[in-house]
Amino acid sequence: MRVLQIIEPAYRATLEEQDDTVLWFTRAIRAAGAPADVLLCGTAVNYSVRGQDAEGFRVGGWSQHHPPAIEHEINKLIESGARVAALSEDLAERGIQTDSMLPGIEVLSRKSLGGLCAQYDRIWKW
Amino acid sequence: MSKYLLIESRDPFEAKCFSQRCELALALLGESTGVTVFLVENAVLGARAGAKAHGLERLAKAGVQLLADEFALRERGIHELAPHVTAAPLDSLVGELASGAKTLWN
Amino acid sequence: MSLTFLLMDAPYEQARTSTAFRIVDAALRRKVGVRVFAYEGAVSLAMSGQKPHANAVHGRTLEEEAHPTPHAWVSALNELARENGVSFDWVNCGLCVDERGANEVVPCSRRGSPADFWKMNLESANTLVIPTR
Repeated sequence: MRVLQIIEPAYRATLEEQDDTVLWFTRAIRAAGAPADVLLCGTAVNYSVRGQDAEGFRVGGWSQHHPPAIEHEINKLIESGARVAALSEDLAERGIQTDSMLPGIEVLSRKSLGGLCAQYDRIWKW
Repeated sequence: MSKYLLIESRDPFEAKCFSQRCELALALLGESTGVTVFLVENAVLGARAGAKAHGLERLAKAGVQLLADEFALRERGIHELAPHVTAAPLDSLVGELASGAKTLWN
Repeated sequence: MSLTFLLMDAPYEQARTSTAFRIVDAALRRKVGVRVFAYEGAVSLAMSGQKPHANAVHGRTLEEEAHPTPHAWVSALNELARENGVSFDWVNCGLCVDERGANEVVPCSRRGSPADFWKMNLESANTLVIPTR
């Protein structure tokens, strides 16, 4: 049973969760045997960018030890064999060039979504 | 025939991405693939007669089935529907899910 | 037959919560078994410590206001499933429970993990994820 995780919102509660909870969930179900792939669209296409740095969050005397490491999460997914793609139109709108992206991310056009969705048994939109 | 069920919950006039979701519905529609868009919550604001939700009209013309949650319509005082939208009880969505339609929630 | 649902929203914040409960209710009334995986804020739905309150703006006493508490909805769904002879399984994501301190929950819910969600999905005719925004 193949699963496509379509992720649209981004940087939602990532500081207090110390990760993106949908990327985390995807890694967790993959570890449980789910052949889940990821499509980044909308705001989440920014997760494909190199150089994200969330260091320095502090509240009073409290400082964060482990800021979210989105690039690490994406790389771990790719290393585990997940297909990670991002929509070209959403990247272009946000001025994200291919050479600023993490390696291994497939760039797909919105026009290919019909064919993409047909490849999966479950499509979970987040 | 394979089926897709797209559950739309957001006001179609709120954000531009509604038109993108309409494009997705059209992209999924095929000779042997049916698509139903089920409007719930504030998405039913696009179902009112006279609402300028042109994306919905395009979907209907292309053969996408457009349903709107009866309760959400009543909750928002929507009593006259655009001709291309049909009011439906929420439990009809359960039938689509149970029959295996690939289902996405927006 | 059963359906699996994943919920993410905490109570009292979004219309998605009541819509989700209406869908689950509809499924159980159609004698379709239901499994719910409560993720993130949704683990608060089953918290047994929720209390109704009076409402001075409404001009209603505690009893008159009859303010909804989602944990009562969870229990009501469990009862509806029992009446209809179908299965009902409510699982709260354990790490989400811990970080929110949502440990005191109604007895018909249980603790689990994303691995449980995957198992629930495999055992169901279909799965709907209702995401938060």
